[in-house]
Amino acid sequence: MSTFLSALAGGALIGTSAALLLILNGRIAGISGITAGAVMPLSRDTPWRWAFLAGLLLGPVLYRLAFGAWPVVQLDAPWSLVVLGGLLVGYGTRLGGGCTSGHGVCGLARLSPRSIAAVATFMAAAAGTVFLVRHGGW
Amino acid sequence: MEILRASVGLLAGLLFGFGLALSGMMDPARVLGFLDVAGAWDPSLAFVLAGAVAVSALGYLLVSRMRKPVLAQRFEIPRNRPITASLIAGAVLFGIGWGLVGLCPGPALVGLTLGLPQVIGFVAAMVVGMLLHRFTAAASGR
Repeated sequence: MSTFLSALAGGALIGTSAALLLILNGRIAGISGITAGAVMPLSRDTPWRWAFLAGLLLGPVLYRLAFGAWPVVQLDAPWSLVVLGGLLVGYGTRLGGGCTSGHGVCGLARLSPRSIAAVATFMAAAAGTVFLVRHGGW
Repeated sequence: MEILRASVGLLAGLLFGFGLALSGMMDPARVLGFLDVAGAWDPSLAFVLAGAVAVSALGYLLVSRMRKPVLAQRFEIPRNRPITASLIAGAVLFGIGWGLVGLCPGPALVGLTLGLPQVIGFVAAMVVGMLLHRFTAAASGR
């Protein structure tokens, strides 16, 4: 499968997941929110969150069954950046109320002005960071 | 109902995780290639968001005609609150972290299954970041 086609098909499956969760459970498929709610619950509404996370972890297993190999993950960043990046992603997604899935997939789909602003901001910040790291002489 | 909602959660998680694996989003090297607009830009990952938003929008269209979800009492969809400084500040911090490593929360969690030490370390730091926000928010009375 071409990279464009697999990207589009993978995206469509992610959209299907978000639509199912919304239509059946009435919930947003926001990964950072689901994770935060599972790790530090504010209500008793946690079983579906843990089930969702379990399903998420089984995704690559299904991929392996279908294609006979694990999906490619190449991570070359040094440990200092890995830890700093993780802290920023965790803190930032809670402060901003969402990540690529909640603001990106779900927020853009319902044309939420907050999500459009968030997506434009984090895309620009991410592209700017990559630019500085790769072309800014850092 | 709880067990049905949990089953839907499991199925939705599986579809989401398989979709991420298929899409190429799990690979930080490709994500950084997508974010590297000034370099050898790889635009293919834009199709992940395009495909996801298109199908998810159909879901919202259907939901706009439903009074309540099939398995719950009400829809828990965020109200359209104003665009705040913390929304923008959070998005900037998240974007910097995403650009440094090439992992956002979904691909990072799904990547745990492959057992790479760096991915595990990233997720651990991410959860610490979430806890940090919880405590600082509680301390400032929000």
